[in-house]
Amino acid sequence: MKILVPLKRVADPDNANKVKIPASGEKIDTTGLEPKPNPFDEYALEAALRLTENGQTPKVRAGEVIVVTFGPKECDTTLRAALATGADRAIRVDTTDDKLDGDLVARALKAIVDREKPDVVVMGKQAVDGDSNQVAQLLAEYLDWPQATFAATVHEEDGALLVGREVDGGVITLRVKLPAVVSVDLRIVAPTSVYSTKTARTFKYNDGVRFAALPAIMAAKKKPLVELKLADLTADVAPKIVYNAFQAPPARKAGIKVKDVADLVLHLKDEAKVL
Amino acid sequence: MADVLVVAEAAEGKLKKTTHSAVTFAKAAAAALGGSYSILVIGDALGGAVAEAAALGAAKVIVAEDASLKDYVAERYAPTVAAVGKGFAVVVGTASAFGKDLLPRVAAKLGAGYAGDISELLIGGGKLQYKRPMYAGNAYGIASIPTAVQVVSVRQSAFAPSEPGDATAATEKVAIVAPSAGAARIEFVSFNQVKSERPELTEARVVVAGGRALKESFGKLLDPLADLLGAAVGASRAACDAGYCGSELQVGQTGKVVAPSLYIAIGISGAIQHLAGMKSSKVIVAINKDADAPIFQVADYGLVADLFQVVPDLVTQIRAAKA
Repeated sequence: MKILVPLKRVADPDNANKVKIPASGEKIDTTGLEPKPNPFDEYALEAALRLTENGQTPKVRAGEVIVVTFGPKECDTTLRAALATGADRAIRVDTTDDKLDGDLVARALKAIVDREKPDVVVMGKQAVDGDSNQVAQLLAEYLDWPQATFAATVHEEDGALLVGREVDGGVITLRVKLPAVVSVDLRIVAPTSVYSTKTARTFKYNDGVRFAALPAIMAAKKKPLVELKLADLTADVAPKIVYNAFQAPPARKAGIKVKDVADLVLHLKDEAKVL
Repeated sequence: MADVLVVAEAAEGKLKKTTHSAVTFAKAAAAALGGSYSILVIGDALGGAVAEAAALGAAKVIVAEDASLKDYVAERYAPTVAAVGKGFAVVVGTASAFGKDLLPRVAAKLGAGYAGDISELLIGGGKLQYKRPMYAGNAYGIASIPTAVQVVSVRQSAFAPSEPGDATAATEKVAIVAPSAGAARIEFVSFNQVKSERPELTEARVVVAGGRALKESFGKLLDPLADLLGAAVGASRAACDAGYCGSELQVGQTGKVVAPSLYIAIGISGAIQHLAGMKSSKVIVAINKDADAPIFQVADYGLVADLFQVVPDLVTQIRAAKA
C-alpha cells in the first residue's frame, strides 16, 4: 500500500494559551512558541506506518509512506523527523502559511495525488492552529474519492479499509474501497486501532506514536526529500476564506477557592444561583 | 442572492436539536442580507422531521427524501445539498459530527469557501463576517468568504436554539442528485449508537465532567451527582483514553464543545485542549487535589480536596440545599 500523509508544522499546541494578539488585531503572534508537528498529523503518520508494515517486524517496510508539507525551508525539520520515524520519502511545497487556506492546500494536494497515485491519503482531522477541519473533506471531493473522517480505528481488508468513525452519539463503521481519504482522530494511536493485513489481529501496538531511534535519525538524512513550487501544482491561488482581524478570547474573571463542600454549595446556591 | 439555506440534521424521523442553532444563525444572516431562509431536510423516512422544520419560521422547507439516503454518508448527501444550495448566498449547518463531515464536501462541490465552527456572526454594511475560534479557543479569527456561495458551520453552544412558532412553512419536495462514481466505493456498515437517558452534552444546562483521577469509580462517583442535577456527563480525554467512560463523552478542542450554566470539573487538571471545550460555561466549579492544576485558572469556584471524599458529600449537601 502506498500512502500520502500531509503534515503541518504548528506553534506548540501545549502552550497555545501563550499566543498573543496585538492591539491592531492584524495577526496571531506565536513568537516564542516552539514549532511542533500538528499532533493529529503525527497520529496520521503513525497510522500510515502501521498500515505499511507487519506490527511484529516493523523494520521491514511493506508499502510506502510519503510525507508532504507546505512551508518554508525550516519545515524540512518536520519532514526529516517523519522520515526518521519511518516514512520513506518527503515532499516540501515551498510557500508560507499566510499564502494558504484549506481550499488551496486541498487543491495542491490533489495535484500531488494525481502525480503520486497513492492508495490512501491519511491525514489529521484538523490542524490545531487554525482548527479548520476541512482539508480532508475538500480533497476527497476534488478527487471524487470516498472519505472516512474522524477515524478512531482503521483495519485493512483486501483492497479496502474498515474504518470506525467517532461521531456525536457513538461509532459509525464504514468500509471504503481504495483509493480513499481518511482523516484521523485522537484514539487512532491506541494499541489495537490500526491493523494492516500483514499484522496479526492479536498484536498490540504500544499506545501512542513511535519515536525515532538515533540510527534512524541519521539514516533519515539520506532519504529523498524533494521541493516543489506551489505554482507547479495549482495556477489558481485565490483564497476562499479571508481573515480580516483577530481577537483575544474574553478573559474570565478571577474565581475564588472555597474552603469546603458546605462553602461551595452556599456559593452555588446564593451567589451563582445555579442550584 | 440574499437567501440562506439551513441544512437540517434528521435522525429516526425527528429533527435533531443541532438544527435549531443553525436556524438561529440563518435568521440573523438572512435579515442582514435582506433575504429569507429555507431549511433543507434530507434523508430517508423523515417522518415528523419535516413538520418540525416547518415550524421554525423558514420561508420554505425543502425535502429531499430517498431510500438511498437511509444511512448518512457525505458522498451521497453532498450532491443534493450542493444542488439545492447553489441558489443561496449562505449554506449553514451546525458543527456536529454530521455538519463537520458533510459541509466542507458541499463547499468543494460549490467552489465555495468554508468557515467551520463559527461562534458569532458579525454584520457590517450588509456583509457577513464570521468569528471563529482558533488555537484551541485561545484566539478568534474574524473571516469573510469571497465566493458566490458561502458555506459555514456554527458552534451549537454559541447559538441559542430557535424555538418553534405557530406559522407553518410551505414544503417543496426535490429530487435527489445521483452521487458521482467515487461514492460507489463507500459502504455504510453500522452505527453503534450509545443510548443515554441523560440530556445531550451539547444541550445540557448542567455538565458534570470527570477526569482520569476518578479511575474505575468514574460512573459510581459521577452518576449520583449528574442524576441529582439533571446533568449530562462529560469527560477529559485522559478519562476516555483510559477507558473509564465512552469516547462520546469527551469535552474539548476536538471533542464536544459545551457552554452550560454550570460545569463541574472533577479530577480534571485542565489541559489547554480540555479548556477549549468548556471555558465558555457560565459558572465553572473545579474539584481537584492539586492546587496548581490549570483548571483552577478558569474556575469560578475551586475546591482543593480529595474528590473521593467530597463528591459523595457534595451530593448529600446539594440534595439538602435543594430540599
